[in-house]
Amino acid sequence: MLRFLLARLASLIVTLLAVSLAIFLILEVLPGDPAAIMLGTAAREDTLAALRQELGLDRPALERYVLWIGGLLQGDLGTSITYRMPVSTLVAERFAVTLPLSLMAILLSTLIALPLGVLAASRRDRAADRAVLVFSQVGVAVPNFWIGLLFILFFATYLGWFPAGGFPGWGGGVVPGLQALLLPALALALPQAAVLTRVTRSAVLEVVNADFVRTARAKGLDRRAALWRHVVPNALIPVTTILGLQLSFVFGGAILVENVFNLPGLGRLAYQALAQRDLVVIKDIVLIFSGLVIVVNFLVDLGYVLLDPRLRPRS
Amino acid sequence: MRRWRPSLALVIGGVLTAALVATAIVSTVWTPEVPTRVRIALRLKAPLEAGLLGTDHFGRDVASLLMAGAWNSLAIAWPAVLLGAAVGVALGSAAAALKGIVDEVVMRASDVIFAFPAVLSAIMIGALLGSGPTSAILAIAVFNVPVFARVTRGVALQVWTLDYVAAARCLGKHPLRITVEDVLPNIAGVLIVQVTIQLALAILTEAGLSYLGLGVRPPNPSWGRMLSDSQTFLAQAPHLAIAPGLAIALSVLGLNLLGDGLRDSLDPTLRDRL
Repeated sequence: MLRFLLARLASLIVTLLAVSLAIFLILEVLPGDPAAIMLGTAAREDTLAALRQELGLDRPALERYVLWIGGLLQGDLGTSITYRMPVSTLVAERFAVTLPLSLMAILLSTLIALPLGVLAASRRDRAADRAVLVFSQVGVAVPNFWIGLLFILFFATYLGWFPAGGFPGWGGGVVPGLQALLLPALALALPQAAVLTRVTRSAVLEVVNADFVRTARAKGLDRRAALWRHVVPNALIPVTTILGLQLSFVFGGAILVENVFNLPGLGRLAYQALAQRDLVVIKDIVLIFSGLVIVVNFLVDLGYVLLDPRLRPRS
Repeated sequence: MRRWRPSLALVIGGVLTAALVATAIVSTVWTPEVPTRVRIALRLKAPLEAGLLGTDHFGRDVASLLMAGAWNSLAIAWPAVLLGAAVGVALGSAAAALKGIVDEVVMRASDVIFAFPAVLSAIMIGALLGSGPTSAILAIAVFNVPVFARVTRGVALQVWTLDYVAAARCLGKHPLRITVEDVLPNIAGVLIVQVTIQLALAILTEAGLSYLGLGVRPPNPSWGRMLSDSQTFLAQAPHLAIAPGLAIALSVLGLNLLGDGLRDSLDPTLRDRL
């Protein structure tokens, strides 16, 4: 078991290094001169030279990469040239919006999808099943940023129940903060819930016919108890995998939804950094997003092995 | 033998997709108004007050913008999916044919690329090449590569175990020839289904990118930017926020249903599976 864990950990580290190297190559080596990209074509030669020196671009690429990763491990992400502050401070502030937003979205999508998926599977081919399938087809097709826009239109402009966007900050208490994140999280959650509903439905249908379910029924357990005690826990494995993969979509969606609701999150920071051509910030955010996706999926994989003895390596 | 009847999904999907493609093609020769024509006197008119779907903040005809937007959406989604499919199918076939280290490298690389949401790739590529249609196509293509690599590898591995393929290999047929002559024709159906579903996703992504201003450049109309423009006038002209979203949702719904319907009629045993 320990050997298995170490092997998985090694592969995680190799993956993270490969991702960081790819990002570094795309944003620092391929452009030729990142300073010219950041300042634009009209920049004067002496300002370019000054920026190159400030960013350490006069050093060899390999050394820059090692310095970047080394700094990262110590929590130093470099300095943003547009914001004139350490990227780590900037990221920490924005993360306090994006992380709760993403977690709320995943929580909401699970809360919607699990009951709907189980309901559809247990009423297979009947009206409730069809209704759930229609919901999931439509839900997948509707862009999350449009849902956000419609929410603003209905709940803010028309009913006036919610602010049309913006974020009060956590300083004013948890409740106003969560309130500001509720609509954006729901907009992010609905399309994900549609996908997750279909996964749950088919996972439950696969397990329903398993021998152990028949045994449970044969020993006298009623349908409902067999469903919740035996079928659903076993169906959760594929559901959790998809939940891990969905993190990547939630982060991608957060970039959009944060812009719709004007939330000061990481996604909006990435977008603004692109507008300002701040390569230092873009590089760090891309690595943080992709690194988180990889680490979370690693933990999900590991989680199964801990929860499900069948998946453990045979020693 | 029972007569083949198309499923409801196939019919609805086929009709919606045909409507999307037809609208896009017609828009290149005819739209009710010139989509880019600015008519300040007619700005922010409600539907039917001026044109079928009203006008936007420049007085441009919304119906015409939507039609032209269909073309621009496909003009990004289609090449992006084809590019991603070409690279992904090549990599997936190679992984299935050569196995071993090639397989391992292709699959691990796919895992890594999967960690990048398309919007994030678009921001990164936009930083490198400048944001615009080329960057959008590349970002969506990159996102499609691992999808096609995995699907191709999965089904190709099954074909490689078939008796006549094993026989051909024993007779010394080159793996590349086996791939082209035996494997690819066998998996074409699965790939067509995947292309349809990925097109749906590509349209969705393109809309997101152009909402952020990372897609088609103005004044070229795009559904995503129509939505981002509408946000400023949400209180005065809510209709501007409805039509482009519906256009995106119906296009994506149509392609998804078409893909599902095609899959079911190609292989009925796949029903209810993902």
